[in-house]
Amino acid sequence: MNYFADAVAWLFDPTNYVGSNAIGNRVLEHLGFTLLTLVFASVIAIPLGFFIGHTGRGRGLAVGTAGAFRSIPTLGLLTLVALSVGIGLTAPYAALTVLAIPPILAGAYTGFEAIDRATIDAARAVGMSAGQIVRKVELPLSLPLLMGGLRSATLQIVATATLAAYVADIGLGRFLFTGLKNLDYAQMLGGSILVILLALLLEGIFTVLQKLVVPRGVAAGRPTDIWAGFTKLAR
Amino acid sequence: MIEFHSVTKRFPDGTLAVEDFSLVLPSRKTTVFVGTSGSGKTTLLRMINRMVDPTSGSIDIDGADIGTLAPVKLRRGIGYVMQNSGLLPHRRVIDNVATVPMLQGTPKKKAREDALQLLDTVGLDRSLANRYPSQLSGGQQQRVGVARGLAVNPNILLMDEPFGAVDPIVRAELQQELLRLQRELGKTVVFVTHDIDEAFLLGDQVVILRTGGLIAQVGSPAEILANPADDFVAAFVGADRGKRVLHLESHSDGDVLVDADGRLAGVLAGGTSPSAAAGAQTATEETAAPEVKAGPFAESGAPAQGGDPR
Ligand SMILES: Nc1ncnc2c1ncn2[C@@H]1O[C@H](COP(=O)(O)OP(=O)(O)O)[C@@H](O)[C@H]1O
Ligand SMILES: [Mg+2]
Repeated sequence: MNYFADAVAWLFDPTNYVGSNAIGNRVLEHLGFTLLTLVFASVIAIPLGFFIGHTGRGRGLAVGTAGAFRSIPTLGLLTLVALSVGIGLTAPYAALTVLAIPPILAGAYTGFEAIDRATIDAARAVGMSAGQIVRKVELPLSLPLLMGGLRSATLQIVATATLAAYVADIGLGRFLFTGLKNLDYAQMLGGSILVILLALLLEGIFTVLQKLVVPRGVAAGRPTDIWAGFTKLAR
Repeated sequence: MIEFHSVTKRFPDGTLAVEDFSLVLPSRKTTVFVGTSGSGKTTLLRMINRMVDPTSGSIDIDGADIGTLAPVKLRRGIGYVMQNSGLLPHRRVIDNVATVPMLQGTPKKKAREDALQLLDTVGLDRSLANRYPSQLSGGQQQRVGVARGLAVNPNILLMDEPFGAVDPIVRAELQQELLRLQRELGKTVVFVTHDIDEAFLLGDQVVILRTGGLIAQVGSPAEILANPADDFVAAFVGADRGKRVLHLESHSDGDVLVDADGRLAGVLAGGTSPSAAAGAQTATEETAAPEVKAGPFAESGAPAQGGDPR
């Protein structure tokens, strides 16, 4: 309990809230890093997932690639990229984007896949154009699973973003690495607590978001596990 | 009027679903395609709104070759009702019905008012308008499906086994509704079913199909029943098994019509027989009904085996 008390004391020490290494500053950096990575990964994974879901093409490739991406050790990738592009922000953004792509891709893709083909067929038969089917049928119906993918990606990024501090001066990871170097366990534990709190906060936000995007009328009996459909296909 | 001119459909995998099909479907009448599963009924139906394009041949609607029309626009002018309603699960009943008119630019308010009227037309209570499809029974969903099909006031209504997934009582109800609707609205209905009784009940023109979309016989229900073209048709309509050959049987409870297997087929219009009312006769005594062909048991005079229904 001693370490914990020290960590709490560290968290409430006003001197830790000033300067470039201020806690508030680091929290914002961490959050910004997380969200930007999420945007990068989404820009790649969502259109790709929708394309696969809508056309049914490239499914095997996507499942395989996503599976491979999932098994890449992030720290290894981070080190590798940092060795080639140097110290700085590029390496952590690249490494974590790679980490975040599989769940978002899976969410976007399984979201489409989970829609009853008969619903889409009927929409076409009554005279919806391809664009209208995507916008008015496929998007709203796939949103809950996509949101699940974003949630899962966000939680992975926010936790793993601590590693960004390994090669760049950014985020809550600074406290962990500085604390480790100086054997300052209060700072290390304090930093960890902040990461956990941030993760819980984002989790809470996504819980609400996910509820909001489930179309009423389909709320009951919908699959929410984005990997369920994905791993089934991979087998 | 819908005309098929030597229409053939071969799917990319090589399946020949429809071969050299030619037929005229008269306006304001109900044409029923009936056949076993895989006989090409759905393919024929879906070629009318270009959900499927023929490999060769052409289809005309009122003299215009639909191959030259834009599919989306064509479909918006044709009502389509399918087996499991195909409603959008994330839209309320009323919005499902209003979907296509709104796509065509009808203002939301007007489209919804019209949708409410359509619920009346198909015999649905307006209180269901704000429900989601998952909150309706199967029969109610099909009614919504019909309302949606009618929403653009199309001349043509395509129905693909629309009552196939509901229980027999609801099905009978929906069939009667459709007959009523058809009397009131006079659409050109194209109806697909595998149920010959449904085909005879609803169809002005019945098309019996063999595998490959080959026409086994076309005609009114009466023509087909009276003169099955061949053994295949006879078997399909049940004439060979004596299913269509009925005779009258008197029970103490009243008169019933029984088929050649002794299965209960129905009752004659006009109520109970005097003999039953008097209660003086034996429990089962048979008289051959004059207007139906006599079954084997009618001549023998012996009590029908299994004369007791089920
Ligand atoms: N999209 C398709 N691709 C390949 N074959 C198909 C397709 N749709 C239907 N078929 C085949 O065409 C034949 C007729 O099918 P269908 O028109 O659905 O019959 P029905 O509605 O009478 O059951 C069947 O053998 C079916 O397997
Ligand atoms: Mg069919």
